[in-house]
Amino acid sequence: MKMEIKKFVKEFADQFDETDISEFSNNTIFKKLDEWSSLMALSIICMIDEEYDVIVNGDAIINSDTIQDLFNLVKTKI
Amino acid sequence: MYNPFSLKNKNIFIAGASSGIGKETAIECAKLGAKLVISGRNKDRLRNTLDILEGCNHKMVIADLLNKEELLSLVDEVEPFDGLVISVGIRLVSPFIFDNRKKLDKVFNSNFFVPIELIRLLVKYKKIKKNSSIVLVSSVGGVFVTTSGSSIYDASKAALNSMMKSCAKELSVKKIRVNSVNPGLVDTPLIHIGDTMKEEQIKSTLKDYPLGRHGKPIDIAHGIIYLLSDASSWVTGITLRIDGGLVI
Repeated sequence: MKMEIKKFVKEFADQFDETDISEFSNNTIFKKLDEWSSLMALSIICMIDEEYDVIVNGDAIINSDTIQDLFNLVKTKI
Repeated sequence: MYNPFSLKNKNIFIAGASSGIGKETAIECAKLGAKLVISGRNKDRLRNTLDILEGCNHKMVIADLLNKEELLSLVDEVEPFDGLVISVGIRLVSPFIFDNRKKLDKVFNSNFFVPIELIRLLVKYKKIKKNSSIVLVSSVGGVFVTTSGSSIYDASKAALNSMMKSCAKELSVKKIRVNSVNPGLVDTPLIHIGDTMKEEQIKSTLKDYPLGRHGKPIDIAHGIIYLLSDASSWVTGITLRIDGGLVI
């Protein structure tokens, strides 16, 4: 299944309730968002499992700065 | 020597003795004179537990309790018990929105259906004697506290809690006591498996414990021993909270 960054950014943004969609792009440094939390990290991990059938762990979040970084990491596991 | 917590002359079955709380409970029960049958899925780890038990005549049975044939075979094989400890279960962290049926089934199979089926079959086939004691290893989660991300695990323990009380009520006619121990955060492999909790997260919960530390398996083992022993012969249907004061 081909992974697309635009779709991934949208799916990433969908996990947030209070952050405006305009704040999300492939270059977003997501851990700096006000709404970021450990529960949000968990939601992102679950989203990746559900949408891409890929299991990443907390290190994937730790080692990614931007949404693009995370996208690249997930893409290698598909 | 006078010891109301002695387990001498008691045959005790411990499910989930390859690691964590189950393993420590087996070790302590053996020191108090119990004759044990221990079960688990992992042959090497179970053998490791068996080898360090004091005393002799202990037995081990490899069984995956999720497998119906293995469960039935185990029930068939064992001699009647004076005590049963069920220390099996898994943790799974998932925000509620992602709690799909697959995750629910996985956790409930291990944490609820297996313990209940094990008790039911052992009682049905008369492998649990009169005046015996059943101890379930439950949790503060789902019973005393609710944690974000823990909805499925908590629900499974809440269900187990209710069933524990039903069993306590209904099995009292056979003079079988049923209780649970409800640990707070205990340092066992369960909390480190997968990515359930990172080290920093574990450390950050320390402030919630008035007694200033997380639990050790032996803290829980001793509570289990109290419930297995004759010292608790007027105790049934309780949730013995062992949590360093977390829930106060």
